[in-house]
Formats: sequence, structure tokens, C-alpha cells
Amino acid sequence: MSDTQNLFAKLDSDARKNGYFLNPDSAFTMELVEGLLANEKRFGHQACPCRLADGNRQEDLDIICPCDYRDADLDDFGACYCALYVSKDIAEGKAKAEPLPDRRPMKRDERQQFREKKAGTGASGLSHPVWRCRVCGYLAARDEPPGVCPICKATKDRFDRFM
Amino acid sequence: MKFEKVEGVDKGKIVLYALSTCVWCKRTKQFLSNLGVKFEYIFVDLLQGTERDSIMKDVEKWNPRCSFPTMVIGDSKCIVGFKEDEIREALK
Repeated sequence: MSDTQNLFAKLDSDARKNGYFLNPDSAFTMELVEGLLANEKRFGHQACPCRLADGNRQEDLDIICPCDYRDADLDDFGACYCALYVSKDIAEGKAKAEPLPDRRPMKRDERQQFREKKAGTGASGLSHPVWRCRVCGYLAARDEPPGVCPICKATKDRFDRFM
Repeated sequence: MKFEKVEGVDKGKIVLYALSTCVWCKRTKQFLSNLGVKFEYIFVDLLQGTERDSIMKDVEKWNPRCSFPTMVIGDSKCIVGFKEDEIREALK
């Protein structure tokens, strides 16, 4: 299999396991997967193919696919910004993915705020902090997030403090 | 600045700011080609440094969100995103 087919198969399998759906328009989806691979090749990380990435991982952290804005866009529009991830209705052909406005804040500190708002304000009385994998939602109660998500293999920097 | 030119029917100046990896951008470019109009495009993600900054200033003037695709028709109208109906209407 080609790199594109391999990555597509992995994304598709991860999506199904975690309750997400890839765009059923396979030509469209394959082109997005090629975009992710192109970004991995030139930046070392899979930045969103539909946004202008900086190339620096720290700058791009919020738009490494799946981006911080995926779930909110799925809730509001039935698709992520690229329409790589879509709602069940779109996956089943009952609705069509349309272009949507980019909710990524222009300012860096607002991107941080978006992430922190998602992460919650923290609960007291817990023996350990709880970390949430932004890619698949896996929760880990420990002092530090795991180096690699045991569920989806996302790296440590994709975790946020959840509680 | 290297804009790629696509030949076609002259409907005034049409500039498409796009990303080489963005599928909505590709669809927009394809749509313009299919309409058979003359236009020029640039892949902003392939530019570096000051060249990119200078183009992004132009994009920002028309589309403060700086998202892609951004299309500017006749230096007067801007269409953001792959909006087939809007593009078709604007180029009638």
C-alpha cells in the first residue's frame, strides 16, 4: 500500500474506534490525506492541510490534525474545517459537507484560551490531575500525561489538563 | 511574486490565493478552470519569509480572517471559501 493508503486506513480505523467518521467522498478524503503527508514531510507534523501552517510545531500545535476545533465544528456544522471528519448524517450520505468559517482565533493567546476553556477549570480533592488526549478523548489520572496515548498513539503534547 | 496564470475568457482581474494542500482551494481552482475564465493563482504555503508576509498583507486586506481560498474579483469583490453559486453569480 502507498503511504497515502496507509495513513487513510489508520485514520479511518481510529475514527471508527473513537466514534468519528471520515468524509465518505473518498477522492476528497484521499486528497486531504495527501495534504497531511505533505505537511508531515515539510514540517515534521501533520498540520491542517486547509490552514496556513507556520511550520514550527509549537505554533501549529492547535492545528495539528485532528485540530483543537474539530469537535466544536462537528457539533455546529457537521464537519471539521477541512471536512475530513464529518457527522454521521454526512457519512451516511444524508447531508452534504459545505465550506465553513474558520473558528481558529487569529491571536495566539486566544488559541490558548480556547484550549483552556475546553479543558475546564480543574476540580479539587483529586489525588491526581486528569489529562485528556485531544485526539481521541482518552483520560489518564496521573501526575503527567503519558508520553504516548495508549489508545491512539498521539504524543504527549496533544494532552490537556482536564481536571 | 510568481502568480501562475490560467488562460481563458477575460472577465477582469481574478486572483485566487490558495494553499497547495487544501482541497477546497483545489476545488475552487478547478471550478474557475471549468468556467473557462482567465485567472491567476498563488500557493501561499509555498512562499517563504518576506515574500509570504507581503502576500499575506494583501490577503488580510480582503479577508481579515486570512483563510483560504480567498478570491478577489476585479480588485473590488472578495469571495472566501469554495462558494460555487457566489462565484458563478459574480462572474456572469
